[in-house]
Amino acid sequence: MNYLYVGATPEVERQAYGAVRDRVESEFGLAVREMELPAVDFAYDRERGQYGSIAMLEMLARICPPDAVKLLAVTERDLYIPVLTFVFGQAQLSGRIAVISLARLRQEFYGLAPNREVFLERASKEALHEMGHTFGLVHCGNRNCAMSLSTNVRQIDSKRCEFCAPCGARLRRGARE
Amino acid sequence: MKTHWQILVVDDEEVMCESLAAWLREDGYTVDTASSGREGVEKARQRDYAIYFVDLKMPGGMDGIETMMQVRKLHPEASIIIITAYATVDTAITAMKEGAQEYIVKPCNPEEISLLVNRIIKVKNLQRENTILRKKLSRQYVVGDVISKNAKMGDILKLCHEIAGLRSTVLIEGESGTGKEMIARVIHHSGDRAAKPFVAVSCAALAETLLESELFGHEKGSFTGASERKQGKFEMADGGTIFLDEIGDISPKLQVDLLRVLQERSFYRVGGSEEVRVDARVVAATHVNLQQAVAEGKFREDLFYRLNVIEIRIPPLRDRREDIPLLAHHFLERLAHEMGKDITEISEGGLKVLMDYNWPGNVRELENAVERALVTSRGQVLTEEDFSFLAANGAARTWTAPAGMTLQDMEKLLIAATLERTNGNIKESASVLGIDRSTLYEKIKRYEIPR
Repeated sequence: MNYLYVGATPEVERQAYGAVRDRVESEFGLAVREMELPAVDFAYDRERGQYGSIAMLEMLARICPPDAVKLLAVTERDLYIPVLTFVFGQAQLSGRIAVISLARLRQEFYGLAPNREVFLERASKEALHEMGHTFGLVHCGNRNCAMSLSTNVRQIDSKRCEFCAPCGARLRRGARE
Repeated sequence: MKTHWQILVVDDEEVMCESLAAWLREDGYTVDTASSGREGVEKARQRDYAIYFVDLKMPGGMDGIETMMQVRKLHPEASIIIITAYATVDTAITAMKEGAQEYIVKPCNPEEISLLVNRIIKVKNLQRENTILRKKLSRQYVVGDVISKNAKMGDILKLCHEIAGLRSTVLIEGESGTGKEMIARVIHHSGDRAAKPFVAVSCAALAETLLESELFGHEKGSFTGASERKQGKFEMADGGTIFLDEIGDISPKLQVDLLRVLQERSFYRVGGSEEVRVDARVVAATHVNLQQAVAEGKFREDLFYRLNVIEIRIPPLRDRREDIPLLAHHFLERLAHEMGKDITEISEGGLKVLMDYNWPGNVRELENAVERALVTSRGQVLTEEDFSFLAANGAARTWTAPAGMTLQDMEKLLIAATLERTNGNIKESASVLGIDRSTLYEKIKRYEIPR
């Protein structure tokens, strides 16, 4: 039996973790297993005050269980890759590993009043997006599709929490192979 | 339309290089990386990339500016983005002066890079579309535009080049869809007439009287409806080339008129008495066997010899199957672009279907088949399923025995057809037919087959 693992680092808020877990389970139709992940202090960059997502992916690849089809990690830490100021998440394209960061998905991050609904919706969309990359999907030109590129939360909010028809078809094909 | 475009990232820091490459790959681009300026230039020598991301500070004697200058020597139109961690006004000015399209400071906002890349690709797509449209508009074909690696086609193209500067008439024979007009255009555009008009007339499309006025023009009042004096195609082609397609279909009267133009280089407009002199090179084309039409008395022998000064026979597509993959990919690239579809590949199974098909409609049919497959395809690759309609066509076109034919009739036809296919080569024909040469000679003589 192969499972879709959804893991969380210790600091992750449990309600958000549960929402991501449920959305991923209903979308991909695979049995989901939860996984407690270690803290990611090793990926911390003092100068930037952020966590390197490449180091995180490398750690995840090492601890990924043998019966995992995919492993999606959820963290509260603000992630970056060297060339960019931040990333909402990162995945191995057509690989097994993905990570999403909740840090920039809350309204509070932008000095706005908290909004649970908006926050949880954003987390689910980013989870689908990074998982899509692990199934070989690249960014979609359809602004409503979960696979469209979001470089700010406005773009995340304007897309739907689902794949468009062509991406959905590609995903099912990718999942079969 | 992203997969067409390739990006090169040049940075000595592997993590920087790989993370940017991975990020761009998620966006659907094909991305190569190079860990030094020298390696970057080497990769640029092998292929032109749509965008070059080049780190400014690199060790090893070749920094970003130097790398950019070398790349620009290879590809003057290259779009280069300089990346640096040390933003100073000076380096920015130097980079821009040397031709960098943009200058980004790392770490860079993802939105900024995304907009930048999209903007450059948008321009690249427009440039590419412009090239295709311009070519379509002027329909200027040169030898390099004829796609073939077939030896016979190679000989034809060489011949086209050799005869381009002459004034002799040319007769192009080939089945419909083999590209007779394209070859005529190659002849026209390879010679000193290239700057003058190329006028194409389909002789099959018009009734005799209409065709006459179309070719030679008419005077005002020469027939009902001739309210103005009109120039004919021969006059329009003065100094250039007139291409007469389906020449085998013209009436006996027009054959006489045409013969006169070819001999005298002059003619009269319909209803006119003034002799018009023209200098137009005549390239004629036919899909029927004109020699046979002459033998049957349907086509004037003297006109045939006037036209047939230089003879070009274009082989049907089924006799040059090696060109099928080349042509299919060429049409795929052009049509996918026109239709805005992101399909760049034909699967092995798909190619096999194309290779096995008989192509009675030749290259034109192949073009239509690729277009139809593109319209209906749902995947990113054209597969045998997308070409399944060909199998249905093929089955309907399988050979059926004509009624009332004797074995001897059959044998005669088969021998004649084989000889035609091998250009009268006895040795080759005998080997194809599976008989020895003397038997073949004997049968040719017995059936009185013309060679």
